[in-house]
Order: sequence, then structure tokens, then C-alpha cells
Amino acid sequence: MHVADLTDVYRAEYGRCVATLTRLLGDIGLAEEAVQDAFATAVRAWEEEPPRNPGAWIVTTARHRALDRLRRESTRESRHAQALLLQTPDEPEEVGPVRDDQLRLIFTCCHPALSPLAQTALTLRLLGGLEVPEIARAYLVPEATISQRIVRAKKKIRDAGIPYRVPGAAELPDRLDPVLTVLYLVFNEGYTSTTGELVRTDLCREAVRLARALADLMPDEPEVLGLLALLLLTEARRPARVGPSGELVVLAEQDRSRWDPELIAEGHALVRRCLRRGRPGPYQLQAAINAVHTDGPATDWTQVLALYDQLLEHVPTPIVALNRAVAVAEVHGPAAALAAVDALEIPGYHLLPATRADLLARLGRPADAVAAYTEAIALATNDTERAFLETRRARLADTPGETPAPTG
Amino acid sequence: MHYLMGVRIDESVLPYSDEEMEESYARVGAVNDEMKAAGVWVFGGGLRPSDSATVVRVENGRTAMTDGPFAETKEQLGGFYVIEVDDLDAALAWAEKCAEACRVPIEVRPFDGIA
Repeated sequence: MHVADLTDVYRAEYGRCVATLTRLLGDIGLAEEAVQDAFATAVRAWEEEPPRNPGAWIVTTARHRALDRLRRESTRESRHAQALLLQTPDEPEEVGPVRDDQLRLIFTCCHPALSPLAQTALTLRLLGGLEVPEIARAYLVPEATISQRIVRAKKKIRDAGIPYRVPGAAELPDRLDPVLTVLYLVFNEGYTSTTGELVRTDLCREAVRLARALADLMPDEPEVLGLLALLLLTEARRPARVGPSGELVVLAEQDRSRWDPELIAEGHALVRRCLRRGRPGPYQLQAAINAVHTDGPATDWTQVLALYDQLLEHVPTPIVALNRAVAVAEVHGPAAALAAVDALEIPGYHLLPATRADLLARLGRPADAVAAYTEAIALATNDTERAFLETRRARLADTPGETPAPTG
Repeated sequence: MHYLMGVRIDESVLPYSDEEMEESYARVGAVNDEMKAAGVWVFGGGLRPSDSATVVRVENGRTAMTDGPFAETKEQLGGFYVIEVDDLDAALAWAEKCAEACRVPIEVRPFDGIA
């Protein structure tokens, strides 16, 4: 087996294996060591012939490695872990419990007793199999900070007795929130990364994979389905969002034939399932908005605006109000939208002046629009987005008048 | 596992009125009874204000005493509970009830060991 293939197996199986070993050993640190040991063994053992089920091979090998290691040590914890390991027989068919193990681990990683950054870093490391430098790059944080947060979080999980289990029905609403937030943040960071290149496909793919697993495991939670639908409908448009020379293409100008029809169909089906439940929430509403955007040849803005009105009731934040203003411009015209935007304050957020700039241009106030674009350009951190705003500003200087809405 | 639930109070807003104190005692008493009934109660109590504290130090065989708490901060330990439960989630659920009854923040810390 080639090293590249092994890397694929590692990415695909790492999280599942760590989750299972965590259940078997009762400790995340021991589980990670055992799984890493097993992958190190695999490099040599799989040279000749890779196993039919690499994940099961890793779990069995990791289990034996952990037992060997625990026998050599003889602390109280290691005897406890040994006892746990010996109680559970070999599990050649790792189908049923494995998925539950991952779900348990997601809830442990996203426990509200851990800081938000630690929750995200731990989820990406343990369930996504991402390395510390990759996580550090994605979150613009020094590697030392990420590894320190991960070490501290694992220590707190052990010392404070954070349990490995899916919370009961009574606690679930509170506990599900941070899990959904983490998956949403991971996807967003991938979709418009904080610096440099526009999209980090690895983060997007990982967020979708974990959201799919969560939806698989909790098919009765409409917000889980809503999050998955939102990610799928956003992911579906990714190929059309960047032009031939890497430039950002706004929704209105995207070539709809480049959208992924399968992801759109899956997303629409999920949104319909959510509608039938009749328990709307922030992710479901955002998914519904994206369903309208991807339905038919053009967006039905009246429907989008009605959904934003609902979303604003659930999430009364200036960012939602800003997005709603874009829909207001389409339904009631740019003057009404500008009044709504001018009432908002979102310090440091480049899309506020970028939206103002677009509205001002449509109102025939090019000088004010140029000033607003300049303000937005100074705040944007993503190269592609900055280039997009610069193009808009330059176009405005040439032909003062209309420009489409700056929504991706 | 054993957990310490420390009750953090802002001493600068003390004293409460008699009426407030009585209401607070009733609410806290109800939660205490609930913890005892559930079998998680180990020990607990309220503390006198921090100006009643004395810090004792032994350095080079000599004992030194200072009047007052470790640190003269606004937030002081006003009381604490020791409970025994399965895991942090159970401890946090009790802390939520206590924080509601006491109307002040509760710090939950696991014990490293119990003598």
C-alpha cells in the first residue's frame, strides 16, 4: 500500500478508531497513543497486502498495543484501563457501536465546560484526524496555542470527569448547540478561509462528513438535519463560486450548471423533511433560504425575505439583519435596504461597508460607494474577497451606476 | 467522583436585608434537602465574611499569622458544598440548581483525592 493511500485511510479512519478506543480504554490520551501505534505498525504490515477492512485492523491492533503498554506500566489508572479492555472481547465487526462511539466523542469534545476554541480544535484533531499545524493555520492561531489548548482540554476531560456519552433528552437541546456551532464554524472556515486562498476544501469536506454522521445518528433532531442541509446546499455551489482565474463569482452571476445537482437534491429533500416537522430553528431557516436560492432559474426574493424575517426572530443579530437587508433591496428597493443597513453597527466586519457600497452604487451615489468599498477593502482578510471588492470599486469608477449584490 | 462546589459572592454588595436572607435560606435549604435525598450530599455550609479569616504560614520553623483572607478581592468564597456523583454532568446539574437558589456563581472543581 502506498503512503498516499495510507494517508487517506488515516484521514478516514482516525476519528472512528480513536472514538472506539476511547470507549474501550476510558481515556482519550491512551486511545490516541494506541491508534498512532497501530498506524505506525500498519506502515510496515500493509506493504505486502493491505487488510480488507483497514479500520477494523487498526482497532484490533491498537487494542493489543494498548494492552501491551498497560501491562508494562502498573499505575492505578493503567490497571483500571486494562480491566476495561479485558472485559470487552475482540470486536471484528465494528459497525454498530463505532458510529455511537463517534457521536459520544463529538459530545465530549464539544462539552460546554471546554472553551469554544478548545471544542473546535479537539473536534478537528480527534474526529477529523487533522494535525495541529493544519488547525493552527485554519484558525490563525500559533501552533503552540492549539497544542496547548488540546492538551489542556484532554486533561480537563479526564480530571474533571467529563463523561463519554450522548446526553439524555432533557439536556440535549443545550448540549446539541455547541456541537452544531462547531461543525458550522469548521465549514465556514473552510468556505471562506480567514486568509489567503478562498476555500479550504478539506475543512468543508470534514464538516459535511461529521454533519452527515450526526444526522445519521440523530434523524429526529430537525436542527441537525437543517445544519446538514445548509452545508450541502452551500457546498453544492462551491464549484461555481470561483471563476477561471480564481476570482470570486457572486450568486447572481454564477453559472448554475456548475452547481452539484446531487447535493442540491439531497439538501432540498432534507429541507422538505424539516418543514414537515414544523419545529423551525436557525439552521433549518438558513437551509430553507439556501433552498430558495438553489430552486429554479432565479431566486424568489419575496420568499427569501419572509424566511429572513423568521430567522431574525430566532437570531436577532446585526449579521442576520445585514443579510436580510440584501433581500430587502431586492424586494423593496435599495433605498429601504440602505436605511436598514445604516441602522447597524458591526465593528470590523467587511461585509457591512461592502453591502452599503453596493446599495449606494445602485442609488446612483458612486462617490459614496467608492468610499464604502475602500472601507470594506481595508477590513477584508481573504485575498480573493479583497480582489473582488477592488474590482467592484474599479468598475464603479469607470461606469457609475448599477452593480449586483455582493453575496456569495 | 467528589466535587467541590464553591459559592462565589461579592462581599461589597453585603449585607442583604433580613427579608432577603430569609428567602435565600429557604431556597438554599430546599436544594440542600434535595441533594441529601438524592444521596449526593457529603458536606456543605456557608462561611462568615472573609474579614473573619486568618492565614497561617510556617516558614523556617516560624509561624506567622495574618489577619484577613489570602487575597483581598471583591469576590470571596461565601460557602461550599462537597458532593459525590458519577461525573461532571451530574455535578453541573446540581451546581445549576445551587446557583439558581443562591443567585450567585458556583465554581465546580473535581477533587484530586479524598482523605
